[in-house]
Amino acid sequence: MSRPRQSHVRAGIFWALCGIALVLIVAPALDIIVSILAHALPVLKPSLITESTSGTQLGLQNAILGTLALSLGVLVVAGTIGVLAGLYLAEFAPRRVASVARFFSEVLAGVPSIVVGYVGYLVLVNKGGLGLHYSLLAGVIALSALILPYIVKTTELAFSSVPRTLREGAIALGMSKGRTIRKVLLPPALPGIVSGLVLALAISTGETAPLLFTAGSSDKNPSGLLQPVGYLTNVTYTDIQLPGASTQAVAYAAAGVTVLLVLLLIFLGRRVTLRSRRMIARMDV
Amino acid sequence: MISARADKVDAGRADHRLSNTELTRADRVLRAVSGVASIVPTGILVVIAAVMFVTALPSILFSGFSFFTGSVFNFGNLYATTTITHNGVQAPPHAVYGVLPLIAGTLATSIIALVLAVPISVGGVLMLSEIIPRKIADSMAVFLELLAGIPSVVFGLWGVAVFGPFLSAHVFPALTAIGHVIPFFKGPVGQGQGLLTASLVLAVMIIPIVASTTRELLRRVPILAKEGSLALGMTRYETVRVVTIPYIRTGIVAASLLGWARALGETIAVLLIIGDIYAVPSNVFGNTSTIAAWIASTLDGAFGDTTGAGIHALAELGLLLLAISLLTNFAGRLVVRKVSGGVLPVGRGV
Repeated sequence: MSRPRQSHVRAGIFWALCGIALVLIVAPALDIIVSILAHALPVLKPSLITESTSGTQLGLQNAILGTLALSLGVLVVAGTIGVLAGLYLAEFAPRRVASVARFFSEVLAGVPSIVVGYVGYLVLVNKGGLGLHYSLLAGVIALSALILPYIVKTTELAFSSVPRTLREGAIALGMSKGRTIRKVLLPPALPGIVSGLVLALAISTGETAPLLFTAGSSDKNPSGLLQPVGYLTNVTYTDIQLPGASTQAVAYAAAGVTVLLVLLLIFLGRRVTLRSRRMIARMDV
Repeated sequence: MISARADKVDAGRADHRLSNTELTRADRVLRAVSGVASIVPTGILVVIAAVMFVTALPSILFSGFSFFTGSVFNFGNLYATTTITHNGVQAPPHAVYGVLPLIAGTLATSIIALVLAVPISVGGVLMLSEIIPRKIADSMAVFLELLAGIPSVVFGLWGVAVFGPFLSAHVFPALTAIGHVIPFFKGPVGQGQGLLTASLVLAVMIIPIVASTTRELLRRVPILAKEGSLALGMTRYETVRVVTIPYIRTGIVAASLLGWARALGETIAVLLIIGDIYAVPSNVFGNTSTIAAWIASTLDGAFGDTTGAGIHALAELGLLLLAISLLTNFAGRLVVRKVSGGVLPVGRGV
């Protein structure tokens, strides 16, 4: 079949442009990871972990511990509420209620993080609100508000994608709802829930804006729920704006550690997701 | 309206559940506890909207419509012993709150980012799924997923230290040639911090969102339609044009809206890169600011305002940002619900 030459030319141009687009996607991404790690690796010394960021010491011990404390707090607060909410939406909620709750949860995910931080300040930190001052607790709550929708969504998805055949089996055995959830639905849903939690941790490790006006900052190790806390992204954010080679180096080191942590968490989350998909595929008869 | 439409789609989604036997007492406790938990996200949303509105109210009364049309923003003399009063609201002397340049900066950065990110994402992903061998394509997709998780402060650091200087040395000087046609592109190009650098970094940030969604959409294109088109003797290019693109068009609109919402609300990266100066830039390379960046950088100073007027003004700014990004988000989600049940990611990256 002969074809006008023009159309081949047009196709060639189209695919060439697509190729350029792909390069434009991949090149900056590679450059970010390579250049941040290239700046960070030379300054990653053991003293980063053994020293704090205070005074002449330029370590990251307090920031790493602070980020871990914040993440742990988010895991407890948003994890508990989010998993329960996801379970309710998947297993108990009347259809209409579920769709409304799901809709608002997704809307919450669209709230800009600086707005969450601002409201966090007004409601949690300010004397007119709960008066928690700049503190670990205020930071955890603000960050949890931001993370909650992801956990709700991934948990709901994990429960609702358990094969129907398993539910039928449970009913045929005369199991109660609670027992069905615990013994039949939870095991196959668990990997999906866990990967959602891991991804939520990745997001919370990288956030800055909601914490700026809630967690405060500190150059000491986290010492209590009601004390201000330092964290990795804050070190990068603050130190990059300061002059001096040594503070810039700390900014890069903190960014490098953040990137490594986040990539590790996303990678782990992916592994768990893949495993759960395979498991569910095997179960479905 | 919204829930009614959602219901129709959910009918397919909820049928994993079976009509069950009666609930035991323990089951009812679990249902109650998890039911309370499921109200929490809605509750948080209500609190956020209510607190923002109540805090912004004095500012709405004080500034009126000039808040949106004014291009002077001044917290006033915070150390003065006197205050001024307008419409019953107190403020420090000389306080003026007009945010037009911030609205312009927010729209400009996010729209430039979107205009670049959408065609690049769609083109790149088409290349990935139609031309590149499956194995390589899969590992590149994983890479995209990782990219979505890079923290915004890291994008900021990269923009300030690496990308900005590179652009001002190698790319921007060439762009000034456009200045002959569009004056806004005339030099000087500066040091690499400013409106265009921020827009380009925003584009890099939202590409993973738009691209991974597009990839998901491409996977749903019916294989029979594609095979049919190939069997009719169409080339791969023609198949893409006639079958694939029309099929995913609506989905791309939705993905763009969600990407736009993300770009509108982005704070830390923009704050570090855009120069964060309250001004209308003289050219596309100049320093300016956005709503989100301005809130983050001036809120600390506003706490020093004993009349509270500064905090109220920034709250009104936050309310405006909330309204814009929720509207874009709503629109995106309505389109999504029309096309498919929940392909799209929830708002932010990862």
